[in-house]
Amino acid sequence: MKEKKVKVKSDAGVHARPASILVREAMKFPCDIYIIKGQMEANGKSIMSVLGLAITKGSSLIIRANGEMEEEAVDRLSALIENDFAELASK
Amino acid sequence: MKKQLRIRDILENTQKIDLQLTLITGREGIDKAITAIEINRPGLTLAGFFDYFAYDRIQIFGLGETAYIKQLSRERREEIYTKFFSYDIVCCVYTHNEYPDEVFIEYAKEHRVPTFVTQHPTTRFISLLTHIVEAAFAESVTIHGTLIDVFGIGILLIGKSGVGKSETALELIERGHRLIADDLVEIKKIDESLLMGSGSELIRHHMEIRGIGILNVRDIFGIRSVRNRKRIELVAELQEWDANTHYDRLGIEEQVYIILDIEVPYIIVPVRPGRNIPIIIETAALNQRLKKMGVFSAQELDKKIQEWIARENNNK
Repeated sequence: MKEKKVKVKSDAGVHARPASILVREAMKFPCDIYIIKGQMEANGKSIMSVLGLAITKGSSLIIRANGEMEEEAVDRLSALIENDFAELASK
Repeated sequence: MKKQLRIRDILENTQKIDLQLTLITGREGIDKAITAIEINRPGLTLAGFFDYFAYDRIQIFGLGETAYIKQLSRERREEIYTKFFSYDIVCCVYTHNEYPDEVFIEYAKEHRVPTFVTQHPTTRFISLLTHIVEAAFAESVTIHGTLIDVFGIGILLIGKSGVGKSETALELIERGHRLIADDLVEIKKIDESLLMGSGSELIRHHMEIRGIGILNVRDIFGIRSVRNRKRIELVAELQEWDANTHYDRLGIEEQVYIILDIEVPYIIVPVRPGRNIPIIIETAALNQRLKKMGVFSAQELDKKIQEWIARENNNK
């Protein structure tokens, strides 16, 4: 199991579009991925689950992955959140 | 983790229970944390008996307390209040719309103890308050799954992403059953045998169906297709059909799934093309209802067969 803490910097938080980007990236990894905010734990591969966390600017999240390619998954997703989804949004 | 409940949280409770409270002191102290689940009627304390004074609980002044204080002299009241407020009181509530005397209000303001008046009678108020406080202190967990009310049985569908939980739920909704939450289910342990499931308020009654996107189930299927919370009585895990796995063919032994230390009846439903999962879930719900009423199909058939065998053996 691999974990990393990240802080959301984007003013817009994680609304529908960033959530869909996050989930799309998560789906590329075979491992189980969880996004944890406070006491709530969302499945990183489910849009509704991620949206349900109500992630806003300043939210502290834990990205957790378990299984094959867990390290890559955590790095990829935390980089995505920390960089404001910038690289994907620009594509 | 030790949970905390502020007085403010009681006023703005998520169950939308109206306690009909009026704050008669300042807002100071309203963010104080309540640590005790119970309440206290301070009758004995006001009479001067301070042993075992549960000062850390919410203090409820009913008609009895108010009437008792009214017949005390001002000097006696000051004496009692001085001692009363020397404890770290969390919050005081006067019921039956009875206002405290001005001496009390003075002391409460000075010690920053939020004091409220409610329209409710004491017993009613206590029962409403207990409801809010217990729910706030209940252990909880979030589970990735879909919660649906099928024939009155709360069924939690679990399984890997993409196995078809949401699609199964969609067909169940279409068949007249009710969705509580999709994907993210918040589960609270209300008491030692009761698990209550609900959805995150923000995304309540929305679903994501691959190929369509996000749907508002309530808008599409109407108010009859949703409910806000439901007791969880059965866990059904959808699993990709695997020829090498042994699936339960009898259902004689009941399997359980453990959530927050509570055992919930559990079934595994193998999924493969051509199997109508919603109908299997519906049937599982009906079977669960039968079991609740004391009828256990698998065990009864087995008993019948065993009796028949015994009879045949006797006839030989």
